[in-house]
Amino acid sequence: MPVRIQTEDFDVSREIARLREGNPQIGAVASFVGVVRDLNEGDRVSEMMLEHYPGMIEKSIGAIVDQAKSRWNIYEALVIHRVGTLKPLDQIVLVVVTSAHRGDAFAACEFIMDYLKTRAPFWKKEQTPAGSRWVEARSSDEFAAQRWS
Amino acid sequence: MVTVVYCARLREAFGRTSEQLALPEGLRDVTALRALLRGRGGAWAEELADGKPVRAAVNQEMARGDVAIRDGDEIAFFPPVTGG
Repeated sequence: MPVRIQTEDFDVSREIARLREGNPQIGAVASFVGVVRDLNEGDRVSEMMLEHYPGMIEKSIGAIVDQAKSRWNIYEALVIHRVGTLKPLDQIVLVVVTSAHRGDAFAACEFIMDYLKTRAPFWKKEQTPAGSRWVEARSSDEFAAQRWS
Repeated sequence: MVTVVYCARLREAFGRTSEQLALPEGLRDVTALRALLRGRGGAWAEELADGKPVRAAVNQEMARGDVAIRDGDEIAFFPPVTGG
């Protein structure tokens, strides 16, 4: 399954090994791991809750992966996104793309991440010393996604 | 009937994750549904006010205000997404 939403952590090496398994045509693997930081907008973050819209989430990420596959010459793409309660240092998201050469893998990986940030229905609520707050969307993320269109 | 889903900040503000709603005669699109909900006043008027960055999906696909809605549809309202 190329899209997984889960509460548990993931093992990057194992996921890459699984995605490459038995395909000697793969010459490049690009991956991205997003991690929880302990600082946002100048405030300490002790914990973060990730909410998603079940049903739509798989559909929307599946559509993003399909777009990447139609734009670049890639073999496989995997997206794992965690939900629930996470703490600083925890892994949040993994994107892995395999291709024959690095250019396609790099570009498709970045495209998937940029689109996921602006189009996949996830929301973060963070715990700071002042209380909990919903994370505001950043216009820099929207600009990052727009450069692909 | 349609199902209306609320996520994240809107879910909290409205105190519900979803509801069943009978579509009034002539209500055609996402913008009209948003206006109808806004008419409930209070948190609804505040969170769904014009100019507030609210996104919508119809049958789990991102939808602009002019996307048509019909009986049986699932319409969701939520803030701009912040995953990744």
